[in-house]
Formats: sequence, C-alpha cells, structure tokens
Amino acid sequence: MQEMTSLQRVLTTLGHKEPDRVPFFLLLTMHGARELGLSIKDYFSTAEHVVEGQLRLRAKYRHDCIYNFFYAPVEVEAWGGEVIYYEDGPPNSGTPFMKKHEDIIKLAAPKIRDTACLRKVLQAHEMLKARVGDDAPIIGVVMSPFSLPVMQMGFEKYIELIYEEPELFRQLMKINEDFCVEWANAQLSAGATAICYFDPVSSTSIIPRDLYLKTGFEIAQRTLARIKGPTATHMASGRCLPIVDDLSKTGTAIIGVSVLEDLAELKAACSGKLTLLGNLNGIEMRRWTPAEAEAAVRGAIDAAGAGGGFILSDNHGEIPFQVPDEVLLAISEAVHTWGRYPLQGR
Amino acid sequence: MKEICYTIKMNQENDLYKALLSLDRLAINSIYRAAGETCSPVEIMEKLFTPALERIGEDWFLGKVSLSQVYMSSRICEEIVNRDLPADMPRPVAAHPDMAITVLNDHHALGKKIVHAILTATGFNVLDYGQGTGVEELVARIREDRIRILLISTLMLRSALQVSNLKARLKEEELQVTIIVGGAPFLFDRELWKEVGADMMISQASEVVPALKNIIRKMN
Repeated sequence: MQEMTSLQRVLTTLGHKEPDRVPFFLLLTMHGARELGLSIKDYFSTAEHVVEGQLRLRAKYRHDCIYNFFYAPVEVEAWGGEVIYYEDGPPNSGTPFMKKHEDIIKLAAPKIRDTACLRKVLQAHEMLKARVGDDAPIIGVVMSPFSLPVMQMGFEKYIELIYEEPELFRQLMKINEDFCVEWANAQLSAGATAICYFDPVSSTSIIPRDLYLKTGFEIAQRTLARIKGPTATHMASGRCLPIVDDLSKTGTAIIGVSVLEDLAELKAACSGKLTLLGNLNGIEMRRWTPAEAEAAVRGAIDAAGAGGGFILSDNHGEIPFQVPDEVLLAISEAVHTWGRYPLQGR
Repeated sequence: MKEICYTIKMNQENDLYKALLSLDRLAINSIYRAAGETCSPVEIMEKLFTPALERIGEDWFLGKVSLSQVYMSSRICEEIVNRDLPADMPRPVAAHPDMAITVLNDHHALGKKIVHAILTATGFNVLDYGQGTGVEELVARIREDRIRILLISTLMLRSALQVSNLKARLKEEELQVTIIVGGAPFLFDRELWKEVGADMMISQASEVVPALKNIIRKMN
C-alpha cells in the first residue's frame, strides 16, 4: 500500500477502514519546551515557541497530529482565573475564581478576540496551518461546558451545584456552552482541523449514567451540533464503557478512552460508530523500558487495530513531562513496526 | 445493645447504601432515626454508616458507582456527624496519634474532602491542612502539631512525585511521620507510592479506615 499522509491515515481510520498503518497521536505539550531548551512558562508565553515545538516533536517522533494544546487552565486564565506554572509539570489552575454558587448570576464569558491568552492559541493555529497544510490534522482543544466548572469553582462545589442548584447549574451551562462553541469555532477558523472536547466529568468515573443523560449528554449534543468541524470527546482517563452508545449520539467521531477499561471490549462496543483514541498508560509510561513500551503498543494494536477505527495514543490526553525521549521513540518505532496493515498479530 | 445494633445494621445497611447513592436525604434520616431507637449516634456511625461508606468506596473502585456519589454520600454522613455528635462526645476510635490530611502542591481537593468526611464520620480527629500546601509549609506544620500520620491526596503526577521531597525533608528534620498517599497517579501506577517513599497507598477512600487502624495498632 502506498504510504499515506498523516491526514489521509487518520481520515481512513475514522471511516472505519484500514489505512497503511495504525495512526498514532503523541499528545505532547510540555515536551516542546524541552526541545527548545526553555522553561515551561517561557515556552507557553508565545505562539512561535509552541509552533516550533510541535513541529520539532512531530519530526522527531513521526506521529500523526499536531497538538495545539497549550495547557488546561488557559480557558480559566481567559475568565480571569489564576494559572500556576511549574518547572516540571503542566500549568495548573489555582484557587477557583468562583467562590460561591451565586457568583454564576454575575458571570460573563470572556470575549475571545479581546483575550490575550486565547489570541495566542489562535495565532499558533494560523502559523501551524501555514506550515503543515493538509499533511497532518491540527488538533484544537476546548474544555466541555460541563467539565469547565471544575476549574471555575472547584470540583466539590461543582458537584454540589449539579445536585442541589439546578437553576444556577442551567445558567452556568448556558454561559459555558456559548463560550465553548465560540472558542471551538474560532480555532477551526484559525486553522484547526478538529476539536478535542475534553469532558471528564461526563465519565462514569465521575457521574452516574442516569445523571449524565440529563446533563453532560444533552449539553454535548447541543454544543457539538454548533461546532463547525469534527470533534473528539476525551474522558481524560475516566471510564466510559457504559455510555459508549450515548456518546455516539452526541455527534462526536472519536472517544479518548481510559486504560482502566479493556480496549478490546471498548472496540467491540464502538465498532462502526466511534473511533477509539487511546489508551497507553501515561503515568506508567514514565518508567517504561523500550521493551515495555513496545509490548504496550503491540497489545493495544492487537486489541483495537483491526478494521480501522483506532488511533493509538495515551489515555489522558497529555503525556507527562517526565516521560523520557527513549520511551517516546520506542513507542514510535513500535507503531511503525507493528502497526502496518494488514496487521501481523501475535 | 451491640447485638441489637448488629441486627439493625443487617436489616438496614443495604437500604442506607441505596439511599446514600440516590442522595435520598429523607430516607437517610428515616434510617438514622430508626437505628437511633436502639443505638447511640456513635454506634450508628460505626455499625451502619461506616460500612455503607466503605461499600460505596469499594464499588467506585470497581467502576460500579461514580465519584460524585462517593463525595455526596460522604458529605451527608459528615453533616450528620457534625449535627449529632458533639466534638467532646466519645468517638468509636479511641485516642490515636495526631494526624493530618492535605493536598500537596495542588488545588484539586475533592479526594481529600471525601477522605476527611469518611474519617470524621468514623470518629477520627484529623487536622485538615487544606490544599496547595508546599513541602516546607508542611514540614513546619507537622513539627508544630506533632503529627505522626500524614495523609496526602494527589491528582497531578507532579504532586505525587513531590512526596519524595517531603519524605527527604522530614528525614532531615528527624520527624517520624507515617505517610499514606492516594489519588489518580497512584492508581495508574501501582509502584509509584513505593518509588516516592510513602509508607502506604490506598486505592479508594474506603480503605483509609482499616489502613489507619492497622497503622495505629502497630504504633501502639
């Protein structure tokens, strides 16, 4: 089979057909700083750094996407929240900017074009599109309206809101949905090929299915319908097997799945409906040997590769800064060796 | 009295489990009042609520219930304890070494709140050091409060790795502290707790009570 471009490879697997090999996304963010010899804070301070970092990472590891994800709390920063930078980990949201549920009443979403941290991401999309063209998908990222409040008000306050303050919950979702749609569409207009919709709160690790159907499910249906491009829903390590059928009805094309669930079982549940993205253990990856990395890749391909509908990736949506080059190179080598279609099996 | 309480527990624990998962406060209070006809509030917590919370925690680990249910059920139990058990009332757990709980270098406090609520409902007195605490701040507070057991909740890998720095600093200061860790990084890498020098890891909040009782027994 003639070698495909990364974009062709991904589109083929999304069509539930077998491309030339299993596509793989190394969802690397902070590693770009290491490539450029910068601190993580300096690295994320300009679009140029992130563009250069992403291009170098793709050249080095030969993977199939550009991941224009700066850091999870970039949206919180846009809303006026605190971002804490570390030398050896992802920027983290600080004390939530909403102190009580009633703060929702006065809440107003930021205007994307007036917000420096969001403009920086859009600028990176434009530059990446100019450099990458249609060779590889450029992935933009949004926090789902349903999951963003974890950073807006803190997890425990948010759970209490969902259960005990239905009217304020609805108000917050309305504000967040509008923002999410605008933010996603701005990224698509700037050059993103697809949007990764991070929605860990919808995972059955976090809320039961009956509650999901009344909340995260309906919110995703409304939101994804208004996003003018393809979307992938990521559970960020959370379980989703009991809601696979529901997820397929939200309009998403891909689900990012957890290592806590059996990949073959997930593949069977998703067959023909959703493409799987996952599920290498990013935390364990830090201390894998190259042989262990190869075994993990082979195991995942064996479990989910047949027939397409599968993109190999980590299970969280961001590979920890501590994962060394030799492991990432071993993963890449293993995919290039064992991921060729038709698959060889064990 | 205890035998009567045992009978009540057998009859009602399952109802309480269901009521807690569905956040049915009316049912929870009804079960609590019925048990109160023959048991003291302390006994109800020990023999009825604690096993129900433990079962919910175990079922979360197995993927049968969700974290929101674990949190809300532990919170309801904590509310009842704070309402009906005065601070000076004898608790199920006799005097124990001073202990504290914290979230190290992170502001994700849900796991800590769940564990704290379960410990409170079970009769432990635990100092809550809050979240976002740094290593040096912790060392100072541990020294000042003479803490012997420290529970650390983490969500981020970076925070989990910080435990080794804390352990080193405690050793430098010659502070003997048993460190129990929990949270996502330790769930996803079952060897990590040993690597960072923790004394024990708990996979789910419900493990914390037997773990603590075991540690305390060894200390005594």
